Amino acid sequence: MSQPFYVAPEQVMKDRADYARKGIARGRAAVALRYADGIALVAENPSNTLRKVSEIYDRIAFAGIGKYNEYDQLRVAGVRAADLKGYQYSRDDVDARSLANSYAQMLGQIFTHEMKPMEVEILVAEVAHDSTGDQLFHILYDGTVFDEKRFSVLGGDTDAMSTRLNESWSEGLDLGAALRAAVAALAGPERTLTADDLEIAVLSRTNGRRCFKRLADADVAVHLAG
Amino acid sequence: MSMPFFVPGDDPGASFPELLKRVGLHTEAPLGAMTDLSVPHATTCVALRYLDGVVMAGDRRATSGNLISHRTMEKVVQADRFSGVAIAGTAGPAMEMIKLFQLQLEHYEKVEGTFLSLEGKANQLSMMVRGNLPAAMQGMVVVPLFAGYDLRRETGRLWAYDVTGGRYEEHEFVATGSGSLHAGMVIKLGHNPQLDRDEAVELACRALWEAADADSATGGPDALRGIYPVIATITSDGWQRISDTDLAARYVAIAEEMRLRT
Repeated sequence: MSQPFYVAPEQVMKDRADYARKGIARGRAAVALRYADGIALVAENPSNTLRKVSEIYDRIAFAGIGKYNEYDQLRVAGVRAADLKGYQYSRDDVDARSLANSYAQMLGQIFTHEMKPMEVEILVAEVAHDSTGDQLFHILYDGTVFDEKRFSVLGGDTDAMSTRLNESWSEGLDLGAALRAAVAALAGPERTLTADDLEIAVLSRTNGRRCFKRLADADVAVHLAG
Repeated sequence: MSMPFFVPGDDPGASFPELLKRVGLHTEAPLGAMTDLSVPHATTCVALRYLDGVVMAGDRRATSGNLISHRTMEKVVQADRFSGVAIAGTAGPAMEMIKLFQLQLEHYEKVEGTFLSLEGKANQLSMMVRGNLPAAMQGMVVVPLFAGYDLRRETGRLWAYDVTGGRYEEHEFVATGSGSLHAGMVIKLGHNPQLDRDEAVELACRALWEAADADSATGGPDALRGIYPVIATITSDGWQRISDTDLAARYVAIAEEMRLRT
């Protein structure tokens, strides 16, 4: 009987992480940032129908990058978990933190136990009734969770984009300024991105019960023109 | 709670009731005869078409046998931005059905990323009523009305249901509940498709007035407590509820007219 080769667990984990990172790096990036009235989610996405940013619940949104079928599966699971919780308890009991925990557990489980890790990075954002309570949870392919205070960068050249946003972001930006900062961070110095290349949605405190709203290309163009 | 995750062949899709079944949260109809059960019942609701869309109206009273169990029940509720549902029948299952129906429309919209068509929504409700059939056989009957603005056809549409889930689209008006005979007759006499918003709301007010006048289970306007029927219009601009101050003024005028007549 043949013995399987021994592979050190460190090596197994490293190989999986490399595999996931490679898959994620192939896709385009997304940015979420707080502004005066809520949270803006900006993704570079030439498709008008295959969404990266979507609504999970009244005050919660989702953004995913990487492999479409995988983050879409996670998105639908999130909508289901949130709707079930709201049905079972109350709409006020649905929160981003517990959703982020569930995602983290699921991604961690898949990373260590399945054949292949998910090649995704996701974001769960929740807009509070006042801006101090806004929450951004950034979750990686292996279940690592980051709780971010100002903005969150998913995928792509994260370091460069974070540096750019660090310079342009400040507390209480209006929507136009926030979008321009996000788009400049996504594009970098060499490129310009137009409304056609972008998918933008906001979680706005001023939207009533369901805070999530997509911005049409025309609105985006107006905001970007400043 | 763990995250609901399904393999592709076993996925419940965009259906929330189906999802509830998969996770074991749906409730079965009770066994055994319960026909003499004294549970709250909700009564008269009407819906009618007018020039720009539809008007839905319902009284606020719920009764348990001869007792008034609630004075402020809302039987006409918004289902989503362009549709509403009105319920007559046993209050408990009816409210649960409304809650599930609202959730289902929102759930579908989020999962699929697009709205259900108005016809699709009416069909969904039909399946929910059919699902309640075992409970209806025990005496817990729920008979809803569904109305909304069809964005594709650019017109208001309305549907009546029976206990078996039968779905009937009506072209002018529809009434349900214990006072439906009286309310429906008032609308039948006063209706024409060219009514404007004001006339349509007025007609709905009068229909409920007459139903409350002749049917003990239907509540009339209650000026003492400031309780008025729920009346709303649905047009291409969405759902809009008529304010209580507007209704109060209308009912003062109607009451004055009645007083002069006697």
